[in-house]
Amino acid sequence: MERGAHLFGQQLINGLVTGSTYALIALGYTMVYGVLQLINFAHGEIYMVGAFTGLLLVTQANLPFPLALLLAMAITALLGVTIEFIAYRPLRRSSRLSVLISAIGMSIFVQNVALWVWGPQTRRFLPPFPVHTFTVAGLRTNTLELLTLFVALVMMLGLHLLVTRTKLGKAMRAVAQDRETAALMGINVNRTIAFTFAIGSSLAAAAGVMVGMLFNAVVPNMGVMPGLKGFVAAVLGGIGSIPGAMVGGLVLGMAEVLGVALLSSQWRDAIAFAILILVLLYRPSGLLGRRTQEKV
Amino acid sequence: MKRSSPRTWGRAHVLAVENLVTHYGPVEALKGITLHVNKGEIVTLIGANGAGKSTTLRTISGLVRPTRGTITYEGHDLTALPPDRIVALGIAHVPEGRRVFPHMSVMENLELGAYTRTDKRAIQEDLDRVFTLFPRLAERRWQLAGTMSGGEQQMLAIGRALMARPRLLLLDEPSMGLAPIIVESIFSVIQDINRQGTTILLVEQNANLALSVAHKGYVLETGRVVLSDTAERLRENEAVRRAYLGA
Ligand SMILES: Nc1ncnc2c1ncn2[C@@H]1O[C@H](COP(=O)(O)OP(=O)(O)OP(=O)(O)O)[C@@H](O)[C@H]1O
Ligand SMILES: [Mg+2]
Repeated sequence: MERGAHLFGQQLINGLVTGSTYALIALGYTMVYGVLQLINFAHGEIYMVGAFTGLLLVTQANLPFPLALLLAMAITALLGVTIEFIAYRPLRRSSRLSVLISAIGMSIFVQNVALWVWGPQTRRFLPPFPVHTFTVAGLRTNTLELLTLFVALVMMLGLHLLVTRTKLGKAMRAVAQDRETAALMGINVNRTIAFTFAIGSSLAAAAGVMVGMLFNAVVPNMGVMPGLKGFVAAVLGGIGSIPGAMVGGLVLGMAEVLGVALLSSQWRDAIAFAILILVLLYRPSGLLGRRTQEKV
Repeated sequence: MKRSSPRTWGRAHVLAVENLVTHYGPVEALKGITLHVNKGEIVTLIGANGAGKSTTLRTISGLVRPTRGTITYEGHDLTALPPDRIVALGIAHVPEGRRVFPHMSVMENLELGAYTRTDKRAIQEDLDRVFTLFPRLAERRWQLAGTMSGGEQQMLAIGRALMARPRLLLLDEPSMGLAPIIVESIFSVIQDINRQGTTILLVEQNANLALSVAHKGYVLETGRVVLSDTAERLRENEAVRRAYLGA
């Protein structure tokens, strides 16, 4: 009994850490979906580029970690905006299928450029700060895990303030609810969409950097699985809902570690997709999504 | 048949639309519309479903690009400007169907109306003005717009447009789907707004109502202006009475 509770607590921490990175990725999907009703399938690659950028800034440029993290987020934000400009904006009036194909094409393209530039081998990403392990209430954790949680928390709080309190945030919500009427308010819709990509991409970059260090590995195909997981988390939370993406990420992270504890680690990825299928079947609007699709 | 109304003779046009042609894909919705609005007027566009009334307003506010023709407002050529620039020049558009932001509060909707402005004090004045014109909105300021009644949403849509402090207000069917008593109160506010100095271009299916508040009117049929005159004369016009006033 004692041991069971302890194991459970330990898994909870792991789930929280993994889940918070899923949440950061899910936010990008959900925000972009909110303003454009499209799934940015290149989002996992954006996360991967974020990880590489962070790694290079830390190991090659020797920047202090906080600066490297912020700079990686900024550079990756530019990539996101560029992808929107090249792959999505010209298709604003095209069918959903064309946009989907463009998204998948972009994902393959970015991954291959990364392979070409950085090679296929896995690079180590040692944290540029000392990592202490400590025990709280009998549960083991370390500085890196706590930092990951902290970074995710700060980003989510910042995003919440941005979306609810700032003019840009209001513009993003207005564009999501009714793009045409948003334009009639004097909102520059294209610029607002670009900002949405920038913010979503920078959050993915933060996740990429943290996960790169947690696994001590950065590699061009590292975005594929987390990209899918982030997508599942966004759908689980209710695609288009920002609080939903946060909750969805954490719930998915928990479900995975508990599933692994109960079954075996081979089931980790299957769990996410089982959740996706169940949500789509029984509650397509997700945990916090709006029941009825709003008329636009 | 066209003539300038004596009461506005010689005053400068605030808005001049010349030979406007607008397409939706292959569909020619406007086939060469010319109309003029003078400062301080209420001008109405009337016509049956699909005549092109909304399209005219949507072309003026930049939501759709015209294929040919020009739109001039206070000396600015609007023809190639995007909607956000046009709002900033002082034109606010209350779209057909109200289109309030359903998941935002009344306050947030009104704040978005003032999106292009930075003059905090003047914005607060306009907020007070909107709440004076529509006391109902003040009572409901924290309610989500999507949960309000049709009449309240129309008040909000008009209030939101006023928050841009427009010099020209485009109104698309403010009476649509509302009970007569609400329509009456909304139209009386529209007249107040006009008396306070805002020029208004009003689209209506309810021609009777529109011609009772307007100074001047244009009758649209399948993308063309077929008649234009003072509101008074249009009300007495036999063809208009038969087609639009149910006489
Ligand atoms: N988005 C669109 N795509 C294609 N055709 C359109 C579109 N919007 C309007 N039309 C067409 O353009 C013409 C003019 O439409 P418009 O909405 O301007 O008419 P209206 O006078 O406002 O009618 P109503 O009184 O019903 O609102 C119609 O034939 C309509 O079918
Ligand atoms: Mg119409």
